[in-house]
Amino acid sequence: MSDTVTTPKSFQEIILRLQNYWAAKGCAVLQPYDMEVGAGTFHPATTLRSLGTQPWAAAYVQPSRRPTDGRYGENPNRLQHYYQYQVLIKPSPPDLQDLYLGSLRAIGIDMDLHDIRFVEDDWESPTLGAWGLGWEVWCDGMEVSQFTYFQQVGGHDCHPVSGELTYGLERLAMYILGVDHVMDMPFNDPQTPIALSYGDIFKQTEEEYARWNFDTANTEVLLDHFVEAENECRAILAAEHDDPKTGKRIIMAHPAYDQCIKASHIFNLLDARGVISVTERQAYIGRVRALAKQCADAFVQTRAGGWQPEDAA
Amino acid sequence: MPDLLIELFSEEIPARMQKRAGEDLQKLVTNGLVEAGLTYASAAAFTTPRRLTLTVEGLLAESPTTREERKGPKADAPEKAIEGFLRGAGLTRDQVEERETPKGNVLFAVIEKPGRPAAEIIAEVLAQTVRTFPWPKSMRWGSGALKWVRPLHSILCILSDEAGTEVVPGEVDGIAFTDTTEGHRFMAPGRFSVTSFEDYEKKLKRAHVILNAADRSEAIWHDATNAAFASGLEVVEDKGLLAEVAGLVEWPVVLMGKIGDDFLDLPPEVLQTSMKEHQKFFSVRNPKTGRIERFITVANRETADNGATILAGNEKVLSARLADAKFFWENDLRVAKSDMSVWTQALENVTFHNKLGSQADRINRIAALAKELAPIVGADEAQAEEAARLAKADLSSEMVYEFPELQGLMGRYYIGETEKNTAIAAAAQEHYSPLGPSDDVPTAPVSVAVALADKLDTLTGFWAIDEKPTGSKDPFALRRAALGVIRLLLTAQYSFSLRQVIKNSYYGVVWDIYRIPYMISHFVSGAERNQNFWTSGYSGDVENPSLQMNREVLKGKLDAGNLAWEVDVDLHLDRNYQVSPLLTTEQLAADLLSFFHDRLKVYLRDQGIRHDIIDACIAMPQNDDLTLLVKRAKALSETLATDDGENLIQGFKRANNILTQAEEADGVEYSYGADIKFAEEAEEKALFEALDAAEAKIAPAMEAQDFASAMQAMATLRGPIDAFFEAVQINADNQTVRRNRLNLLSRIRALCLSVADLTKIEG
Repeated sequence: MSDTVTTPKSFQEIILRLQNYWAAKGCAVLQPYDMEVGAGTFHPATTLRSLGTQPWAAAYVQPSRRPTDGRYGENPNRLQHYYQYQVLIKPSPPDLQDLYLGSLRAIGIDMDLHDIRFVEDDWESPTLGAWGLGWEVWCDGMEVSQFTYFQQVGGHDCHPVSGELTYGLERLAMYILGVDHVMDMPFNDPQTPIALSYGDIFKQTEEEYARWNFDTANTEVLLDHFVEAENECRAILAAEHDDPKTGKRIIMAHPAYDQCIKASHIFNLLDARGVISVTERQAYIGRVRALAKQCADAFVQTRAGGWQPEDAA
Repeated sequence: MPDLLIELFSEEIPARMQKRAGEDLQKLVTNGLVEAGLTYASAAAFTTPRRLTLTVEGLLAESPTTREERKGPKADAPEKAIEGFLRGAGLTRDQVEERETPKGNVLFAVIEKPGRPAAEIIAEVLAQTVRTFPWPKSMRWGSGALKWVRPLHSILCILSDEAGTEVVPGEVDGIAFTDTTEGHRFMAPGRFSVTSFEDYEKKLKRAHVILNAADRSEAIWHDATNAAFASGLEVVEDKGLLAEVAGLVEWPVVLMGKIGDDFLDLPPEVLQTSMKEHQKFFSVRNPKTGRIERFITVANRETADNGATILAGNEKVLSARLADAKFFWENDLRVAKSDMSVWTQALENVTFHNKLGSQADRINRIAALAKELAPIVGADEAQAEEAARLAKADLSSEMVYEFPELQGLMGRYYIGETEKNTAIAAAAQEHYSPLGPSDDVPTAPVSVAVALADKLDTLTGFWAIDEKPTGSKDPFALRRAALGVIRLLLTAQYSFSLRQVIKNSYYGVVWDIYRIPYMISHFVSGAERNQNFWTSGYSGDVENPSLQMNREVLKGKLDAGNLAWEVDVDLHLDRNYQVSPLLTTEQLAADLLSFFHDRLKVYLRDQGIRHDIIDACIAMPQNDDLTLLVKRAKALSETLATDDGENLIQGFKRANNILTQAEEADGVEYSYGADIKFAEEAEEKALFEALDAAEAKIAPAMEAQDFASAMQAMATLRGPIDAFFEAVQINADNQTVRRNRLNLLSRIRALCLSVADLTKIEG
């Protein structure tokens, strides 16, 4: 079976194969969330949808930003903007490990030649008030994915449990394509007339954002934005559940969660600017977590979060 | 006699939990079986990354029938009493016997519990074990409620004997017991059934799974050392890593790879740590040069290309890792050579503990303490102080940020690259020692000064904020720190007042607590406590003269007591203040000293010195000089081990008892000098002479702290005291003679107590 799989030629082919694989396995292939996030987990399709009782199966690419990891595009594998591939299935199916291994086969990893290992790695997100147990998956000693069974999100126990897979796409692709520096990686097919490397597309932006993240972002403005996002999030959640205009019960969990995402990203930017001391760090993380928890509380009050009209009685 | 085989098959179990889990499985199941009456001949547990296995041999086929007889009320007792008895026994009136007794007819219930088949008991015990298994961390999965370390997929549970094999009927949360299992995930997918433990182990091996972790360890070590030997190299032994790796694979395949030439000049510890922590690689060393030149990785499978692809991948990952390490090393060296104060300054922003300030604050305290201790341990004051200031500088280095376990060692390398004295470089590494009871104790004076200062500051600090160890909880490793101080002092026999050093350390700690800006700590006396400081214009600025606080004032207030500080519990987020009392200097020193004494008892007990002997010595003056205290205890212990010594204690106790009773009865203290002229018996006179002789030896010996000689002299009293008690009646009719004899006993007591408090000796 492994013989029939060819080696992909480009970064985008790996992404496309993952999309096709998980689509074939029954996942809704979603698009990236249109906000700045630090990891695919922040997408509401993971954070909020892992809560409540409704079944869920989604897969998507999520551009992710970690301002402190910026290296002006010079480091072979560190970037302030990178891609994660994220799969979330609720309840976690009993053959999730096999499904996952199938996805590695699909992107050209020959199981008969490589050494795949599941090495303990418990996941915790202090900003999301979330934790789970699982592994980092190693291929020949390299971490290629995170595999987690969510136990708690936003302070809520997960019932049923979601299985989450996160692929660090650049690193995985570099390994499969045999590239040593991320900027040298072919983004599209190198045989096409206009062949583009990862560097053709991102070298420029990595430089620009590294400079902005580290040295020029206006910290006063960012600090104000943080407080504004925090206040807006609270205000949204404080609104009446019943919308006076439509007369419908509309809890605005998602708009509130957008503000939580915003606060989290602003915190990351402030961190990169070096204006947050060690003690303040904990306090900021606590403030974002408080928002995430309130959003989670709100989401489980919505229909998508498993609320039924009869619960109101 | 059937045999039982159980296998709990799951997704990958963390390596560090496997051994314990095997032991727990064996304990829980066999205990459960035995409790239910099923005894067995032998049992053994095995673990792999995906399974916990238990084999129990020679099990009873069914539990024995038990018979219990209960005596009840009289046959003519009130209806209620009889009803109660029947309910308790679970029987009806016609099922109980009536027996004649001297007190009349009494009801007797005979409760017979018939034996149960083994399978029934096993199913219950196993289900209970799975549901209550003590994993350090467990999880749920899918829609189920069952908890296991990772999703549990199947449970094999069979009973086999000469007649054949049966699956034990049973299930846990929908997972029915079977006689099937799976082999290696990649090399032998698919399920197969087994009939016995032998069959199971054999078939697993065929399916590329080595069941026994010890066998896997052995195979890895054997193949690794062979591979290294063939290239004239040797594997760096690491038992912990070996056990971990054996828990990551079911079918170990050893592969030896190369380390890029660019990285061979990194310190060997850096190579080793990076390879071990990130990649679980063994280091392979050239025995001639001591350099790490290759690595061993252990794959979980064989491949058609004999591991070539796997090895190439691992080498590539390692290169990326080591490129990072090299980058850190070179950056760090640049800083170290130009100006290391960049690192020490950075520690101002690193919190050591919320209530005890930053690492920089702590380093200042340690430096002051190291300087104070320097003359005592024979170190140069300036060197000790500088060593303390630099000892933790490497905490700011990139390498230590990446590999915290290299702290100290990197400091030694980095300081070693500067013009500084090698003793200062050595102190960076050695001041953390000794870490455990068997860890080497540093002896270089500068290292000792910093090591003692570091540990004492930690102890006084946590004592000051009332974070002492309780029961099994010791999150700041304070017991280890105290033991470290004890071993440092005793190894080189440093003699000084620990109490005074603790006091000075305490002044420093409290001064820092006072200055910690985000605590806005504010010392208050009892009278001031009711005021609201937040409205009375407190400023965090210590130099603010209106506070009238400086080190001297603080010292005075601390000695006098009645001090507390207000702590902003939530660090400014909420105005939620707590007042915490501060111990006076004397209280803190006494409390911490008694902790040292407790640790010392544990330490000496392991060396065969009884706790009562130590108590007898702690009761003496200068008990805060631990070296002196131990000298005294050792001398006393040796003396008591002799025949004379042991009997002397009896003589002393007899003298002390008689004397105490007489003193209580007479209401006086017999301490007035006894006079030989009132002595009547020869034994009495001999005791006078013996006491004179002993006193003449003991006093100067004690003066010279020569406890061995003093105690030998004391032990010589054994003969004369025994003879005295043998021949002499203390309570003579003649009151003068009696008083004289009591005063003589008092001399025995005083003399013995001048050596150690023998009243504390047991037996």
